[in-house]
Amino acid sequence: MLKRFWPWFWFLVGAVYFLVPLYATFDFSLRARRGELSFAAYANVLNDIRFVESFWFSLQTALATIAISALVIVPTAYWVQLRLPRLRPVIEFFTLLPFVVPAVVLVFSLARTYSRTPLTDSREGLWVLLIGSYVILSFPYMYRAVDTGLRSINIHDLTEAAQSLGAGWFTILARVIFPNVYVALLSGAFITFAIVMGEFTIAALLAQPAFGPYMNRLASSRVYEPSALAIISFALTWAAIAAIQWIGQGSQARVAGPR
Amino acid sequence: MAFLEIVGVRKSFGATVAVENFDLTVERGEFVSFLGPSGCGKTTTLRMVAGFEKPTAGRIVIDSVDVTDMPPNRRNIGMVFQSYALFPNMTVADNIGFGLKIARRPANEIRARVEELLRIIHMPEFGRRYPYQLSGGQQQRVALARALAIQPKLLLLDEPLSALDAKIRASLRQEIREIQRQLGITTIYVTHDQEEAMALSDRIVVMSRGRIEQIGTPFEVYNFPATRFVASFVGTLNLIQATVVDAAIGLLTVEGQPVRVASSLQSHRSGDAVSLAIRPELITLDGQVHREVNRLSGTVEDVTFLGSIVRVQVRFAAHRLHFDLFNNPQLRPPQPGSSITVQFAPEACLVLGEEASPAQSLSASAARAA
Ligand SMILES: Nc1ncnc2c1ncn2[C@@H]1O[C@H](COP(=O)(O)OP(=O)(O)OP(=O)(O)O)[C@@H](O)[C@H]1O
Ligand SMILES: [Mg+2]
Repeated sequence: MLKRFWPWFWFLVGAVYFLVPLYATFDFSLRARRGELSFAAYANVLNDIRFVESFWFSLQTALATIAISALVIVPTAYWVQLRLPRLRPVIEFFTLLPFVVPAVVLVFSLARTYSRTPLTDSREGLWVLLIGSYVILSFPYMYRAVDTGLRSINIHDLTEAAQSLGAGWFTILARVIFPNVYVALLSGAFITFAIVMGEFTIAALLAQPAFGPYMNRLASSRVYEPSALAIISFALTWAAIAAIQWIGQGSQARVAGPR
Repeated sequence: MAFLEIVGVRKSFGATVAVENFDLTVERGEFVSFLGPSGCGKTTTLRMVAGFEKPTAGRIVIDSVDVTDMPPNRRNIGMVFQSYALFPNMTVADNIGFGLKIARRPANEIRARVEELLRIIHMPEFGRRYPYQLSGGQQQRVALARALAIQPKLLLLDEPLSALDAKIRASLRQEIREIQRQLGITTIYVTHDQEEAMALSDRIVVMSRGRIEQIGTPFEVYNFPATRFVASFVGTLNLIQATVVDAAIGLLTVEGQPVRVASSLQSHRSGDAVSLAIRPELITLDGQVHREVNRLSGTVEDVTFLGSIVRVQVRFAAHRLHFDLFNNPQLRPPQPGSSITVQFAPEACLVLGEEASPAQSLSASAARAA
């Protein structure tokens, strides 16, 4: 009995730690009208055009970040594992840099470096810079996810098998490597998605109409709506997880099968 | 002109020399095995033929084209790996059709070819499965079909059966050989299993430490080993210490018992210590004499029942000798502890000096087979 007790105890402590604030936020968000429980705050948020716009903006930014990051990282991780295994520790060190360099430093250095180029004197340019920053932020998660994914398949033999069948590097990447790290890539993509959707510092400093700054502004000007927004973004996040799980399921079965 | 020529090939990785002085010509349609212990350079040589490694020196010519500097994806060579290396994201049919798709062949041609190959490997209804839904043996058959689909000039197999269990290994081995014959495809097969090499090959290349020890048919390699290494690596062999009594007439002594060999021993002098090698199947029980034979008496130490044969281990003072008897339910096998006399022809003896000695035939089995 006692053996069962402690695992359950810690599980419950953890659950309480996460669920109580969530419930409290939810409860609070329903009290926008005095004396009754209502979804008025939610209606206010969802009817706000800036919510829709900033959410849509961040969604596009996140998807662009994921696409670019995947296109850069999959070939890199593949090549490092295939031909430059000795460089792996170096690359792993690089992947830690976004944790070490604060976002403020990152964005100012980028702005400095690219000042007086088209990147800093137009709105589209700044958006590119924003995506560039996010690609850097996503690097640790994406690289590690892809690296692990690549380790779970025998890339050496698969590469040579494809080569002997006439495939060049582009074909190998597109037809063999990408499809097989797809699931791993999705897990990295999800974290990237979550980071980009909530990111504040870089978006604010580059004056971008992103979701993070919007949430921040709302938090300082309204009472109930920020809580409603928190619940909405929480739900959207879970929806995104579910979507990724669902998309990944078909290929998961194939890739994770016995080898 | 030979179909595949490997001329003076050498490969070193930094200070390690993996392959050296490798010369081989293979005829069209021939089945050649590379046989040798782990680390002797079999895979490295095969990978140079495939184009995955570049020789440090030497040339490789396939069908009159020097391919030494040609990248692997232009060589049109089918490769089968020990790990199967099927693409996990593709169905069996897509795996087999992969090479044709890359060659941009029309879809209906690919479909027909895939179906044909599925029939050849006896898996016609498996096209829609994924690799993880197949057994190891089935996966390797699909890998073979995938390699054959592109109608390669050469088929290379690197220990394709070593991940499979014994029974499937034997049947798939036969299947590979049949398909190879049927398609007449020139094949190089890497293995460290001498039985596999003998059962499959037209010729065997025996390798050791990056060098070729002998090239020959299974019959030649087994019966007329060129070096001490080949003699001991190919097949099982009894090696017993003997002393030369009279080199001119080929007389030796083993623990005081005389043994004659078929020819005189030019490279040895009386009193030299030599190793005497005898194949277990060339030793029989005493009593079936027709001509001059050697006899050795000792004690039965162990009897192992192996099904169709019974392997007997006999002890002579410090030496052990194995020999095989066919199983016969009417006869009681020798009992451990009993004394026994075995016999073998002088022609069955191979005398091995301290260093690699030139071939001296184990010609008794040649005579018997003839
Ligand atoms: N990429 C490499 N870098 C350094 N050394 C290598 C490399 N590939 C092979 N070698 C060395 O070359 C030698 C021959 O290796 P190879 O793989 O050809 O042996 P093999 O005969 O195929 O052995 P096995 O039966 O174990 O597969 C070995 O000593 C090995 O350590
Ligand atoms: Mg090998």
